[in-house]
Amino acid sequence: MPQPLNYLKESPSQTAGPYVHIGLAPGAAGFAIFRQELGREIAAPDVPGERIRVEGIVFDGTGSPVTDVLIEVWQADAAGIYPHPEDPRHADCAKGFRGWGRIVPDFETGLWAFETIKPGAVPGRSGRMMAPHISFWLVARGINIGLSTRMYFEDEDNAADPVLNLIEQPPRRETLIARRTGPGRYRFDIRLQGEDETVFLDV
Amino acid sequence: MKPAEFYPRDRLWHPPALTPDYKTSVARSPRWAMLSLQGSLSEITGPVFGHGDIGPLDNDLIRNFATTGDPVGERIIVHGRVLDENGRPVPNTLVEIWQANAGGRYRHKKDTYLAPIDPNFGGCGRTLTDESGYYFFRTIKPGAYPWRNWVNNWRPAHIHVSVFGTAFSQRLITQMYFEGDPLIHQCPIVNTIPDPRAIDQLIAPLDMNAAIPLDCLAYKFDIVLRGRRSTLFENRLEGN
Repeated sequence: MPQPLNYLKESPSQTAGPYVHIGLAPGAAGFAIFRQELGREIAAPDVPGERIRVEGIVFDGTGSPVTDVLIEVWQADAAGIYPHPEDPRHADCAKGFRGWGRIVPDFETGLWAFETIKPGAVPGRSGRMMAPHISFWLVARGINIGLSTRMYFEDEDNAADPVLNLIEQPPRRETLIARRTGPGRYRFDIRLQGEDETVFLDV
Repeated sequence: MKPAEFYPRDRLWHPPALTPDYKTSVARSPRWAMLSLQGSLSEITGPVFGHGDIGPLDNDLIRNFATTGDPVGERIIVHGRVLDENGRPVPNTLVEIWQANAGGRYRHKKDTYLAPIDPNFGGCGRTLTDESGYYFFRTIKPGAYPWRNWVNNWRPAHIHVSVFGTAFSQRLITQMYFEGDPLIHQCPIVNTIPDPRAIDQLIAPLDMNAAIPLDCLAYKFDIVLRGRRSTLFENRLEGN
């Protein structure tokens, strides 16, 4: 018998279920309990950068909106710096920039939206710059393990992005690119399944 | 030495996306394969929380919504540690929980189950782990409840648990079940997990050592997040 490896196993995931809002966004569940709900402000008003609004709908395999989804986003500041000690430049990250947000859609229409600043480009692996992007993480009833994806911007140069270029089929890359619908406004629909299914990432 | 990437997720340990016995997964599971990504700065960083984010009663579900008295039900402590796959504690990380009341009813405008709302029970809490990765909550043991999957499906008693870790790629939501509950092994959501050992990992044992005599029982629930390897023999990540 060789030595045992003795690693622990990661706790297995389970669906967040239909009432995820109770724990993570109680206001949306219909009651107030905490002094402050987390994830409502990604970038404080005085954080430098272009103010943007991102909106969209998550669709299931039948084309119906997923009205009970909960989305979290994570992004760098306008200079491409993350507010996290693992980023070697994090001391220079914009003050008041949390970089993280939690988004709940309208329960009738499934439309969600958030306001933030446009992130800057971030250094990727082997010194290759990644085009500006926002990381998404989705949980909902029927989703057994949180789905990760990225949102890129139509009006940025995404041609050399190392992650987009990992996607073998060029048409699928388009599923990660938000459309500009007006000044500072972007539309990013996510399709869980079927035609134009969004690329999901095993990060 | 500065650690680098996270160990890859063992996708055979976690439930797959498509699990037809859990009906909602059928239309909400991607059909294409996921794109495997080696970690970059975007994956190895994540939100940081501090004590300014939470209130002093946030981890006490017996008190944090009570107005006219204590909630009805079995008083319990749920406690444990958040560790990574290397067995190292994950300190100062946010743990959030939510659950139904003792009758299996959620305080959510979309829950229409006939069991009544408890006026003194909200059903959510949050806390930060301490330096040794330890966390604790006080709450009411939730009741089982029926759900529309098969005609007569009932969820075992469970508490939903959300954990952050230090990186966005460690983000995890799971459910904690209670030792000895006969509903666990007939639940289609539990059974989305293919490996029975992985199911066992979500079952919290009764912990008499932590029970408070004449006051409340306790259950112990350790949570394991992805571990990281060191940058051995490898070009370092840019900026790392």
